[in-house]
Amino acid sequence: MADLTTDFVGITSPNPFWLASAPPTDKEYNVRRAFQAGWGGVVWKTLGAEGPPVVNVNGPRYGAIHGADRRLLGLNNIELITDRPLEVNLEEMARVKADWPDRALIASIMVPCEEAAWKAILPRVAETNADGIELNFGCPHGMSERGMGSAVGQVPEYIEMVVRWCKAYYDRPVIVKLTPNIADIRKPAEAARNGGADAVSLINTINSITSVNLDTMSPEPSIDGKGSHGGYCGPAVKPIALSMVSEIARAEATRGMPISGIGGVTTWRDAAEFIALGCGNVQVCTAAMTYGFRIVSEMASGLSAWMDDKGYARVSDVVGRAVPNVTDWQYLNLNYVTKARIDQDACIQCGRCYAACEDTSHQAIAMSPARMFTVKDDECVACNLCVEVCPVEDCITMVELQPGETDPRTGRTVEDASANWTTHPNNPGAVAAE
Amino acid sequence: MADSYTPGIAAHRLEAEQIALNFADLHPPLDAHEAAVAADRCYFCYDAPCVTACPTAIDIPLFIRQISTGQSDEAGRTILGQNVLGGMCARVCPTEDLCEGACVREAAEGKPVEIGRLQRHATDTLMARQDHPFGRAPETGHRVAVVGAGPAGLACAHRLAMRGHAVTLYDAKDKPGGLNEFGIAAYKSTDGFAQAEVDWLLQIGGIALEPGRALGRDLTLDGLTAEFDAVFLGVGLAGVNALEAAGTDRDGVQDAVGFIAALRQADDLSALPVGRNVVVIGGGMTAIDAAVQSRLLGAETVTVAYRRGRGRMGASRYEQDLATSSGVRILENAQPRAILGNGAVQQIELEYTADDGTGLKGTGETLRLPADQVFKAIGQTLTLAAGLEADGAKIRVDARGRTSAPRVWAGGDCTPGDDLTVVAVAQGRDAAEDIHAELTGAARAVTGARIGDAART
Repeated sequence: MADLTTDFVGITSPNPFWLASAPPTDKEYNVRRAFQAGWGGVVWKTLGAEGPPVVNVNGPRYGAIHGADRRLLGLNNIELITDRPLEVNLEEMARVKADWPDRALIASIMVPCEEAAWKAILPRVAETNADGIELNFGCPHGMSERGMGSAVGQVPEYIEMVVRWCKAYYDRPVIVKLTPNIADIRKPAEAARNGGADAVSLINTINSITSVNLDTMSPEPSIDGKGSHGGYCGPAVKPIALSMVSEIARAEATRGMPISGIGGVTTWRDAAEFIALGCGNVQVCTAAMTYGFRIVSEMASGLSAWMDDKGYARVSDVVGRAVPNVTDWQYLNLNYVTKARIDQDACIQCGRCYAACEDTSHQAIAMSPARMFTVKDDECVACNLCVEVCPVEDCITMVELQPGETDPRTGRTVEDASANWTTHPNNPGAVAAE
Repeated sequence: MADSYTPGIAAHRLEAEQIALNFADLHPPLDAHEAAVAADRCYFCYDAPCVTACPTAIDIPLFIRQISTGQSDEAGRTILGQNVLGGMCARVCPTEDLCEGACVREAAEGKPVEIGRLQRHATDTLMARQDHPFGRAPETGHRVAVVGAGPAGLACAHRLAMRGHAVTLYDAKDKPGGLNEFGIAAYKSTDGFAQAEVDWLLQIGGIALEPGRALGRDLTLDGLTAEFDAVFLGVGLAGVNALEAAGTDRDGVQDAVGFIAALRQADDLSALPVGRNVVVIGGGMTAIDAAVQSRLLGAETVTVAYRRGRGRMGASRYEQDLATSSGVRILENAQPRAILGNGAVQQIELEYTADDGTGLKGTGETLRLPADQVFKAIGQTLTLAAGLEADGAKIRVDARGRTSAPRVWAGGDCTPGDDLTVVAVAQGRDAAEDIHAELTGAARAVTGARIGDAART
């Protein structure tokens, strides 16, 4: 059995599955039940400064994108940070941590961008014996209008400044949660590292309006006929999160920095992908909000079984395995030539590959009078669209042409050596091959 | 009150509540969510096999996509624009042999997209509206007689009315609908749908219905051609084939079509008499419909006796399974030899058959079944003798539905082709388009599937 125990910036947990700072972690009752269900750690719902807590809307806080059978594909929320008093949250955190010493308990914090505010809250958080803190520089709605959340995360200088305060007034690990609502995710990560942060976590939610009510002309979720952008999360955002994680994992300035992966983690496989792209653990929210805490059983058993199958003994053996294979487009091998192949035995003759290729791509699929579909190798650019639209898995595959074979489309012989855009004759800035 | 064991032919074999349950909708309609989920299974195939398999060439992927995007009304328009009796076809089509049989998911998983039920969802939704979705072109001044208000005649009349012609729609019966009204199993067309569909269809206007007027009795073809610019015959098959066996004159020996018609017109099904032991002779849809409904009325035993093997039956495999799951026994390779009894039928003697390649022959081995009621369902025949050229036992028509007589078209069961509602609709519709082209000189409308034509050439 693979060992799922993880050590993330010195914080150990029995598995790499943490619940993200969000409604599921807003109070003791939930967190105790989450630990009972098997979650390795919890990032407590974001704490605000002492004083009257924030208030939430009293109408709907969530909007969603559904599949045909109401499968929840993407979730949007306009909920703010915890609306419970700071003291209550701190007392509960201390009690839970005392009872669950083997689980990670992280305090998420969002207070104004003033040194005094951080200096005031950090010692109190430390008293709870929480394992570390996560700075919420990510929430894109509500709090950002008040100069917090993503308003901080979008200004690298602020990130660095606040992280320095935190490292000055708090002696346990500091994780910076990043907003994806920014042009270059590497900059805030770099700022966090420069400030001394122990890790980054990403992504927080993405600015979103899930839908428009075409009767009332209100965005959804609608509060008395009006809507505000919320934060988008769930399965739909995973590809965006994976890309941002990979950028931080491979950028020179941030390489090796611990990353807690967040964004649409729904199954063990999603988690394994985040870990392979450099995450030391993952945080989950929407999947738990959709299905309840019990999903962690599937995640843990699935990850463990896969690791056993692949011969990985520890989670750390997997971390970053795919990072070396993430590269810039310009370094992709242009001598790698493939052609689509349709398995006629598997084909159910729906014709979707034909429609997609004929209407929108390269007219590289032929249809016979009997509706048999075949690839025209002299037209196929191997774009993969037919593979993606085919409803039968593995019916259409991309077959690699071997060196020495001729590509019927270009008439050129496939070369063994790799060659990319940097040396391509059509590239005005090409460097001559040596 | 009688029960299933009461000898002879008796009414009230089952409680009214049980009868109501037995004759409830065979395929209850999908609600909006069920329809969305069912629609999501459609792959939106290119040049879809289901469309090619549909005699009326409904654009099935399009209407299913319209359902999936919350536009069931538009889906209904897509269907009814090709097949104005799409509501009935959704209920009675042997989809397992047509669209659903051709569905690529049938090939892939043995579980096709539920096209029939989705079609019903869409047509029910649109027809529940008060307005009629089709309008009429300006009056052309042409008058067309349509004889027979069954599926072929209704489809023809509606399309002619759409094109601006004035239609007089005759029917021999006192009620329009043809086999939709008198010939389909009750559990396939519940809540008076056949009548409601005709009422809905006539909303287009321009169609004068003349019930109780039969060709050959009240009307002549010469008279019609003299009075109208064109005539369409959709008279169906009014005759019933005779059973070649001794004793067919005994009480309790009936035509299955008459039994079904009576059943469809009955206000109180529990009052309908049925035998304790029923034997149905035949292998087509009519045989199955009569047999299943006999069971549903409370007959103790029902046997369908067919002279060939099950694979040769006119009824689809699905219909056969429906029968057997209703408790009907299908006795294959058996033909009737004698109907025995003293006045009323008591037994039927059947002889097993074999086909050694030189034709079907009796083997000499016989069996007897108790029978209080014997239904003949060995096919219907054309009875019209209007001087038209025949094709076998039917009216000869060309690809456009034209008969040997000038300005006379025909379609539906009285012409060659499968005797299906959906085929009749296609023939009626296409004849109407040809009549329209002939009368006005307009180009003939293309009504068939043509998405993949360009790719095939």
